[in-house]
Amino acid sequence: MPHTLALIALLPLVGFLLNGFFATALGGHRANERVAAIVGCAFPIAAFALTIKAFLDLQAGGFTPIVEPLYRWALIGSSSFEIAFYFDRLSAIMTLVVTGVGSVIHIYSTGYMHHDKSFGRFFAYLNLFLFFMLLLVLGRSMLVLFVGWEGVGLASYLLIGFWFDDLTNAKAGRKAFITNRIGDAGFLLGMFLLYRAFGTLDMDTINGAFLTGSGAAMIVPASLVGLLLFVGATGKSAQIPLYVWLPDAMAGPTPVSALIHAATMVTAGVYLTARMSGIYMMAPEASQVIAVVGVLTAFFAATVALVQTDIKKVLAYSTVSQLGFMFLALGVGAYGVAIFHVVTHAFFKACLFLGAGSVIHALGGEQDIRKMGGLRTKIPLTFWTFAVATAAIAGIPGLAGFFSKDEILWYAFASAKGGAPWLWGMAALTALMTAFYMFRLLWLTFMGASRMSQEVEHHVHESPISMTGVLMLLALLSAGGGYIAIPHFLEAQIPLPPIVESLAHYEQTLLIVSIVLAFAGLGLAVFMFGGPASRPESIKQALLPVHRLLSGKYFIDELYDRVIVKPVAWFSEVVLLRGSDTLLLDGSLNGLASLAQRSAGLLSRAQTGSLHLYALLVMVGIVGALLWSWRHV
Amino acid sequence: MDKVHLLLLLSGALFSLGLLGVIVRRNALVMLMCMELMLNGVNLSLVTFSQQRGDAAGAVLVFLVFVVATVEIALAIPIVLLLVRFKRSMDIDRYSDLKG
Amino acid sequence: MSEFTMGPMLLNLVLWLPIVGAGLVLLAARANDSRARTISVAVMTVQFALALLLYLQFDATAPGLQFATQLPWIAQWGVSYLIGLDGVNILLVLLTAFLGPIVVLGAWTSIKKDVPLFHVVVLLLQFAMMGAYLAQDLFLFYLFWEAMLIPMFLIIGMWGGARRVYATLKFVLYTAFGSILMLAAVIYLVQSLQQSSGVMSFAFADLYQSQLPLSVQSILLGAFALSFAIKVPMVPLHTWLPDAHVEAPTAGSVILAGVLLKMGTYGFMKLGFPLFPDATRAFTPLLMTLAVISIVYGACLALVQNDIKKIIAYSSISHLGYVMLGLLTLELVGIQGAIIQMVSHGLVAAGLFLLVGMIYDRCHTRELAAYGGLARLLPVYSVFFMIFTLASVGLPTTSGFTGEFLALMGAFTAAWPAHLDGHHLPLVLAVVAVTGVVLGAMYMLRFALTFLFGAVKAPHHSPEQPLLDLSLREKSILGLLTIAVFALGLFPGGALQKTELAAKTYQSLVTTSRLPAPAGVTP
Repeated sequence: MPHTLALIALLPLVGFLLNGFFATALGGHRANERVAAIVGCAFPIAAFALTIKAFLDLQAGGFTPIVEPLYRWALIGSSSFEIAFYFDRLSAIMTLVVTGVGSVIHIYSTGYMHHDKSFGRFFAYLNLFLFFMLLLVLGRSMLVLFVGWEGVGLASYLLIGFWFDDLTNAKAGRKAFITNRIGDAGFLLGMFLLYRAFGTLDMDTINGAFLTGSGAAMIVPASLVGLLLFVGATGKSAQIPLYVWLPDAMAGPTPVSALIHAATMVTAGVYLTARMSGIYMMAPEASQVIAVVGVLTAFFAATVALVQTDIKKVLAYSTVSQLGFMFLALGVGAYGVAIFHVVTHAFFKACLFLGAGSVIHALGGEQDIRKMGGLRTKIPLTFWTFAVATAAIAGIPGLAGFFSKDEILWYAFASAKGGAPWLWGMAALTALMTAFYMFRLLWLTFMGASRMSQEVEHHVHESPISMTGVLMLLALLSAGGGYIAIPHFLEAQIPLPPIVESLAHYEQTLLIVSIVLAFAGLGLAVFMFGGPASRPESIKQALLPVHRLLSGKYFIDELYDRVIVKPVAWFSEVVLLRGSDTLLLDGSLNGLASLAQRSAGLLSRAQTGSLHLYALLVMVGIVGALLWSWRHV
Repeated sequence: MDKVHLLLLLSGALFSLGLLGVIVRRNALVMLMCMELMLNGVNLSLVTFSQQRGDAAGAVLVFLVFVVATVEIALAIPIVLLLVRFKRSMDIDRYSDLKG
Repeated sequence: MSEFTMGPMLLNLVLWLPIVGAGLVLLAARANDSRARTISVAVMTVQFALALLLYLQFDATAPGLQFATQLPWIAQWGVSYLIGLDGVNILLVLLTAFLGPIVVLGAWTSIKKDVPLFHVVVLLLQFAMMGAYLAQDLFLFYLFWEAMLIPMFLIIGMWGGARRVYATLKFVLYTAFGSILMLAAVIYLVQSLQQSSGVMSFAFADLYQSQLPLSVQSILLGAFALSFAIKVPMVPLHTWLPDAHVEAPTAGSVILAGVLLKMGTYGFMKLGFPLFPDATRAFTPLLMTLAVISIVYGACLALVQNDIKKIIAYSSISHLGYVMLGLLTLELVGIQGAIIQMVSHGLVAAGLFLLVGMIYDRCHTRELAAYGGLARLLPVYSVFFMIFTLASVGLPTTSGFTGEFLALMGAFTAAWPAHLDGHHLPLVLAVVAVTGVVLGAMYMLRFALTFLFGAVKAPHHSPEQPLLDLSLREKSILGLLTIAVFALGLFPGGALQKTELAAKTYQSLVTTSRLPAPAGVTP
């Protein structure tokens, strides 16, 4: 097939259009739920199948990138903006993850969204998201990537605010979109800079130019470009300082949180950085910044996750934290490792979110873990899959998260491209916290005695097979996903950074340390939450100010509101609208007009309306003129 | 005093009489008639000068004034009629809508 | 050259058809509302079909005017009836013709008073706007430029809202003030051309040859710029626009935002800048600063409005700031972006004003806080509203993206080398302009949030008598606009190709110095 890649991207679009027209209020709900589900799932699955075919083609071609031009968007002067798709090892991995995880989440959603009044609309949006996400990972030019980049933002906006009857959901969607837009502004600037230097936005060309150090690449400083693109990545991938939207994004339906806000969209920033690794290899300063931001985000988000009580909020902060790990890997030059973590994270985090969805589904909408407990026996399938994924993210040896996280820690320590012991230290501490808060979540939700109300407890039921089947599949992947040697697979395309010679012999030690940390987290959580309830309470009381700070999420939202949102509104309202527009511009103009009116009013007094007076005045005038001419002629 | 002076005096008197009428009378129709009087005063002076100088220009001018005056009356009378219908009065003092 | 010989005749037809239509309405439908509507929509549709035909026949590789007609008019002054298409006006002519039937269809039921007269006035306005775009002779241009004012004045003044008198007066005073100064500049310009070269001509092509000292150029540019900047409008000359939009009927707003505002930027591109290249370059920092201020200022004010029409009015100020920025970059990318942005804004603002008009017809209030949850109530309406909101935000795949992206790219491309040479202002301006992208999302999404989401709330809505969703007529006009928005977003290549040569001509006209040769040196 000549247009395999285009077809991969366009299939979900067809699904979107079909469901959008025929299964929503737009078409008067003509299609029933079953048809909408079939349409919604068939196209992503077909895209997944095609992706496998494309991957086999790629393999058959000895992994030479497949370029598939589609059409020319614009030709301006000598620079041409081509819409073309590009398929190499990196985009192959991403496309497989996106279509694969995407497909199973679609299947899960048929169960989860069952009986929702906007069932068709949900699938339309999900398909739309997949379309844009595939544009993002398959695009050859940054332009196509940007189309996907903004498009997934749109889909995310629509899906976060999916239940828009509640204004807080819609507000969360808006916050996500606007925060992403701030990042996009940086992305745009970076893109312009690259266009200025190269006259093209094709990423393979740009990478190549930077790597060979050809003439044009010298015009723009790689670090500046790298930082600007990273601003975009912080927006999409929820890094400091633009992470604030992701926890709020949990307002969306849970499959959305799994697909968009854990497995795929939020890793777009990681993908972008890895894709543009040619630039970052030439930009040590930018890489340094990325590593520091990454490790700080990881640490910071993990501390907040320690005390959250909403099951999805814990997972959301955990996602932010894990994304921080990925950026740490990117910052120290281990691009392949970051992508590795993207993949394993997609598996276990999707499993966790979907498991949480299954819990919420079982409990009829309850999300507060303080009101759960003892669910292990009631929903065993959910419990076991959730436990596997928890162990995977915590870094229990043998599971997927262990491999990828351990490699990140190792490169953070020993990479010759910016690795440092303190980066490792922070990351290791974060790993400990990760293990702790994840097991805390597991314990509070599934173990111990039930804290549910009678009524809720009565209704608890295991989810349908469409949901549990997906959970089991993802649990399997979370367990075994670490054995896919992605860094090795990618090494042919993006080499791993060299290791500092003098540190090379620490590898075994660090491995043992991280295993110990994972189990320490597990033990700590079991100690605190496996025992009587007074134990965590007493610790909380002892550290009350810290607890308040953490459960208030460091009050960053409030800070942004005070420092940015309110001042902008105040400036617009008071200074610009009332001050400049109304008072200065309109005021001076209206003042001028009323001045003219008033002076005209004075003159108009002479118009008495009495014809006799006018005639008299005319006569006086004539006589006066005559007299004057008499005297002067 | 010769004929010319007398005629000029007459024309001046007609004009002044007309002007006085315009100024003091309040009836719109009378005022129009007074205006005609003024015009005729001017006409008289025009023909007088024309006669004195033996020049036809003044006489021609008089015909022009006639035409204009006819047209003016033809327009003014309907206007007055409309005004009267509107205000039910000939009193010019009541037509002060343009008062500033 | 193409074999297409009917071109000039068709172009004249495009120009004069509205007059014919207005005559027909007066003759045949003075007291028949529905016949007046039918005639005017038929005439507008034919006009659009002809314009589309000309667009397709337009040869993108041929320089100069195409399908031109030149007839002597006032020969001793060098005034001629000279109209023609070139790359600068072709898209705007097409846009004007495209919006014609949409305006008429959009006003189908909302205008209830003096319907035949309304259509006569709209057709006259269409004629004047078309003439202003097609005119290639300064005298003719000025005539049409002024002629546009009168029908617009009537539309706002006769079919407008409660404060229409204030709004019309403000609109007319602002624009007339600018026009008078321009007239003086036009006279001076033509006279000085005649003195220096002996050619008495009002034709644009001849005036592009004029050579004037920098000081004179600056004053003349000032006069032209004031007139055009009021029309655009650029901050601080913008305050007439929100009032005019708020008071105008929907059709008036659509024409105003869709076509009339572009007259200002078109004027800059066709006349203001190319006539006075040296002054333009000297004042570029100032003009560019004003353009960027317009972007941010308009966006900030749109953020705090509570009148739904005012939000879109202020967003127009912001969006046209991008056009000015693109034109002033003097980079091909930026100029092309500016042209696309003009068309895109025409489509998007027209769509948004139509949408606002449709809800106003149903609920009779323009207050944002009175609405909520329309997505639940009017799903089809909300889908269209979302599409145009996103196009206004500049989401990729819509026309708004094409325009903004290219204009900003041009600004940045021009600013970077200047920055390396030590001129930092353009770079600062380009960066500030990019923040407009964020602000745009903020105000449009605030609008959409209150409007579409949350609890259902709408005046004149009750469970017994629910609001009606869009009718077939409303769906089809919005559908047409949507198609155009996506076409320009996904496939701008064709349109850009048609304008490329003109953009290059504009670029070379403005970048080539035309100061008079120093005394004593013979050319």
